[in-house]
Amino acid sequence: MPQTIAGPVTPVAGAAQAAPAFRTASGIPVAPLYDARSQLDWDPAQKLGSPGEYPYTRGPHPTMYRTRPWTRRQVVGLGTAVETNARNKYVLAHGQTGISNDYDVPTLIGLDSDDLRAKGEVGRTGVAIDTLRDMHDLFDGIDLEGISVSMTINHPAFVLVAQYVAAAQERGFRLDRLGGTVQNDPLKDFYAQKTYIFPPAPSVKLSCDLIEYCTRHMPRWNGISLNGYNIREAGSTADQELAFTFAHAIAYIEDLLGRGLDIDTITGRFSFIFNVHNDFLEEIAKLRAARRMWAHLLHERFGADPSRTKLRMHVQTGGSTMTYQQPEVNLIRGALQSMAGALGGVQSMAVSCFDEAYSIPSEKAQRLSLRTQQVVAHESGVTNVVDPLAGSYYVESLTDEVERRAHEWLAKVDEQGGAISAVESGWLEQVISDTAHVQQLEIMSNQRVVVGVNEYLDHEGEQDIETFRVDEASEVEQVRRLQEVKQFRSDGDVAQSLERVQEAVASGENVMPHVIAAVQAYATQGEIISKVISVCGEHTAPAIY
Amino acid sequence: MIRVLLAKPGIDGHDVGVKIVARALRDAGMEVIYTGLRSTIPDVARAAVQEDAQVVGVSNLSAQHVAMMCELKAEMAQAGGEDILLIAGGSLLQQDITALREMGIDGCFPPGTNTSEIISFIRDRVPAETATA
Repeated sequence: MPQTIAGPVTPVAGAAQAAPAFRTASGIPVAPLYDARSQLDWDPAQKLGSPGEYPYTRGPHPTMYRTRPWTRRQVVGLGTAVETNARNKYVLAHGQTGISNDYDVPTLIGLDSDDLRAKGEVGRTGVAIDTLRDMHDLFDGIDLEGISVSMTINHPAFVLVAQYVAAAQERGFRLDRLGGTVQNDPLKDFYAQKTYIFPPAPSVKLSCDLIEYCTRHMPRWNGISLNGYNIREAGSTADQELAFTFAHAIAYIEDLLGRGLDIDTITGRFSFIFNVHNDFLEEIAKLRAARRMWAHLLHERFGADPSRTKLRMHVQTGGSTMTYQQPEVNLIRGALQSMAGALGGVQSMAVSCFDEAYSIPSEKAQRLSLRTQQVVAHESGVTNVVDPLAGSYYVESLTDEVERRAHEWLAKVDEQGGAISAVESGWLEQVISDTAHVQQLEIMSNQRVVVGVNEYLDHEGEQDIETFRVDEASEVEQVRRLQEVKQFRSDGDVAQSLERVQEAVASGENVMPHVIAAVQAYATQGEIISKVISVCGEHTAPAIY
Repeated sequence: MIRVLLAKPGIDGHDVGVKIVARALRDAGMEVIYTGLRSTIPDVARAAVQEDAQVVGVSNLSAQHVAMMCELKAEMAQAGGEDILLIAGGSLLQQDITALREMGIDGCFPPGTNTSEIISFIRDRVPAETATA
């Protein structure tokens, strides 16, 4: 469908438009004023619809926060499962309504805690999960049917969800009552988060095995959360964030449709995580554009029923906007970004912590992030009305323009042969590196002001914050826990179950039932991943800069 | 031309910073070898000597600088590269910077560092006349 873009007002003759040029953070030119002339061709019925109605620009639900406040979900994860369990309980006790766990780098790339390559990284930037024992301990004492759980794991997602399923079932919880989300979006890892394992094509296949399993057995579970957050963190613009996220979605959808699944069944459980960056109005526009673009994409490209094209999103405020210099100022950035998220109509939110540039968050930093969004939710008043900025000449113009630019990028990915090819060739990585470089040059030349970094410097008391450090003993403890598991399990059962995983990968059948059996036998994450690597091979990243 | 080897030893994947530094040094006329992700310290030391690097920069965002630079210093000495200038970038806490300075590593560049600072730091210590052509 051709988009009619509401353009900026032509500057009045004589009004000098001296440099600097006004642009959004993503480089979209901004006119001094937007008025009714900006929107002569603009049809609210077509562009917006009503909240809860196609194309969902104004939000996925008719009443939004009046009846459903967003889930306040700060990310937690450190050390051993026992330590993270305590943190999970801490945030629940402080009013958080969902759990979100980050995993350490070894877990993210399929290494066990006793692997030599994992040394020094175990439990450092997230929780270490090796076996079913860890998954049991992670959720000990937590009612899994009563909360929603978010797992930030991608390439090994099929193993961790298998562990979660096994742990939940052993405790008597029903699969059809488990609510939550697993990220399971491996494509962005090749050029954004860099926590890749297998090459792109088998990664997509394994991801879709998990989505298919969730679709069939876990109706309240989102089997994928497409991640634009990390694409943005790697340096993309707002429009690239949308375009590449949707390009990945298309790759997964095409695989799932190839399995005979129905578009309306699979996409109902797709969820998203986007970034909320610094440019307040552009970010609001982006979140609104995301919903409209997704609805059009599913309906027009895949023939989805319009009622099944709602985009539901979690957002995290931009971790990379949290500066090392004058870290307390980050609290203010977090508040503005959180407000943009609220005005953008999100379903779930995390505010990056003010000490992000130093370490994983201290308890104080975490509490302040939660309080930030509580202030936005309860004191600012913005939650009383649905999509309050709709109809703003500027916000609607910007929403249209972000969408138009995202469509252009999506067309470029299509020209590359789709997301898998664009990852394999390194094209996506090059695009992001180029964009990040431009932004850096703007910061260097002070064209882009970052308070405390290139302007308003103040070296006094710069690092007067208390930072959190994982106790080095956690790594030793985790390795010990793993050794204990290896003592009590049956090596014969493990070997046999791993053999079946390998056969399933080789035959192309859905690996999930076999992986669940393997984790029940206490096969480790690393052992299962190694079996998959023995069939699919490993990815080597190009050193592009 | 000053030859700089940039590395991300270990399994931390945060490479936005190191890539930005790589471009900035290249744009400043230095020859940059970026070894990519998931290298090991012994690999970095070997590559630095083989490539005749005058500067080795290590980037890390998981608080492992002190352990890594300690190991790298030892490996460099063993590989015959003890004269190579070592610099570190990433999420450095003040206590890390202090520890690194005590090891003789003065080039510590936390997030937000202006790349021109890194460039002049290198130029001040690796004068053009001693740089290999």
